[in-house]
Amino acid sequence: MPDIHGGPGQDPSLTRDPRLDPTFCPLGIDGILVRFSRVLTPQANAAAHAFCDVIRGANVPGVTEVAPSLTSVRVGFDPAATDRPRVMGHLRGLLGDLQHAETSPRRLWRIPVAFGPMHAPQLAEAAALAGLTTQQAVAEITAQQLRVLAIGFAPGQPYLGMMPPHWDIPRLSELTPKVPRGALVTAVRQLIIFAADTPTGWRQIGQSAFSVWRPDSDTPFPLEPGDAVQCVAVSDDTLRGLRANRDSNGGATCDVLR
Amino acid sequence: MPVLTIHKSGPGVTLQDLGRPGWTAQGLSRGGAADRLAVLEAAALLDQDAGFAVIEFMGLGGVFSTDQPVRMALTGALMQVSVDGVPVPPNTTHLLTPRATLTVGGAKRGVFGYLAFAGGFTTDPVMRSRATHLSAGLGRALSAGDTLPLGDDPAPDWPAQRLNVADRCSGGIIRMMPGPQTDLFDEATLAAFLATPFRRDPRGNRQGVRLDHDGAPFAAPGGLGITSDLIVPGDVQLTGDGVPFVLLAECQTIGGYPRIGTVIPADLPRVAQAAPGTALQFTLLDTAAADATAQADADVLRALRQARQPLIRDPHDIADLLGYQLVSGVTAGDDLERDEYGNQG
Repeated sequence: MPDIHGGPGQDPSLTRDPRLDPTFCPLGIDGILVRFSRVLTPQANAAAHAFCDVIRGANVPGVTEVAPSLTSVRVGFDPAATDRPRVMGHLRGLLGDLQHAETSPRRLWRIPVAFGPMHAPQLAEAAALAGLTTQQAVAEITAQQLRVLAIGFAPGQPYLGMMPPHWDIPRLSELTPKVPRGALVTAVRQLIIFAADTPTGWRQIGQSAFSVWRPDSDTPFPLEPGDAVQCVAVSDDTLRGLRANRDSNGGATCDVLR
Repeated sequence: MPVLTIHKSGPGVTLQDLGRPGWTAQGLSRGGAADRLAVLEAAALLDQDAGFAVIEFMGLGGVFSTDQPVRMALTGALMQVSVDGVPVPPNTTHLLTPRATLTVGGAKRGVFGYLAFAGGFTTDPVMRSRATHLSAGLGRALSAGDTLPLGDDPAPDWPAQRLNVADRCSGGIIRMMPGPQTDLFDEATLAAFLATPFRRDPRGNRQGVRLDHDGAPFAAPGGLGITSDLIVPGDVQLTGDGVPFVLLAECQTIGGYPRIGTVIPADLPRVAQAAPGTALQFTLLDTAAADATAQADADVLRALRQARQPLIRDPHDIADLLGYQLVSGVTAGDDLERDEYGNQG
């Protein structure tokens, strides 16, 4: 299964896709939103993350925070140190650099996930909606190098994507009252690893022991937008062991790629 | 070091400061006080830095005592404060003596009250802030039996101070600016939104407040299919059934509902402090006019410090002081409001 982001190297669609001519909007008196698309595409997501890197690397005077989301980047600035027209001018100038920006992932995480029935109550249903057997579904999930498309809704919580088009399965019409922290859930070609116990309309298809939000740690947020994530199938027993050991990092490994 | 003991506490009592900026990419909103100006007012009264931590009340108060003399102040919502039964005026400093009983009643006007102590709280910061972020699970609401460490009061003998503050508990005209999705709303919907008198709904918390109005819900064209995008405190979002919410300090960082605009920071405390039923109406500034209202926390604090005055308890002097006008420049954002709409002061 190919990586939908086009693998290492420059994404040719960045220079080709006219939709990637971004829109600049105000987002608060101290912020500019640079939006690459109104709809989520892998190209728009890659452009947002790449532009985020370009802006951070440029050290634009007065810029306080650069944050990417699914298809946009918010550039926060200090109105006491600069102003909107000046920051806009800098950003427009940096758009040229985006054409040559690296869009391959900086890091690759491998995160153990148990897919046994106890930990994946809605896997069979999700697989059927994707036209797959349970076994095929697990094979497709674990074959993907997904990207952290955005982090949000809960602190540290990654939106991973994108799965192939046949994974465009809808959310449940009724919420599941409580899905545990670390659960792997799916809908609309995306996967989420939950930051906390939560009600959700997404189907639970696995369980990790990986904590995406560690407020008392020096690295409260292990994942960064743009990171690559690959799920590794493990047995229920292995997961139990990983959960019992608080220092196991959920069995996850992280390779720095560039 | 002094210790504050909480003897009674309503729900929604939390430790707050100006929050944790800088974690948007990781999904954590800044959080911090729902009424940031009230924290700066307390900092000015007690001669503290802007970063000090205070107790935030959401509607209901509590009963407290300390074991060492420490100056205190209550800012924000109007809450009846008394020490051993003797009333203490709001927006003034008062020396709380050991084992005296400090009682903070429910909010009579406004929603969010702030109890501050000279020296501030000295709990261990988490990610460089002491602010409780309930929706993120950072910290927890305070309750009876809790004790909190305070810094030593650097000057317990300092004369009592007072601060005249502009009313921000009466709702009124709220200025918003265009945002990334304002153009999703057609002109007629935007015009109708700006012409609508809203009331603050009882439903609301540190994440946001719901607004009610008479008449049909607002149409959000294309609203349900839009890709989730970054949001900021002050954003006015319309849910799928056309109900507006104004987002506050503890909002999420990414949201899927369309947003008609963003309330400017200078007016957001008036939204937070609008008690249920309070009338609110929106006006739309252009981006340049909205940007011109920006004020750095440090500048606001400096102006508030300059406006601080010794508290004179002699009734003759108080009568005289009641006629005293706000020093120009104390609350520049509010001066602008009064010039423009004449509904403040």
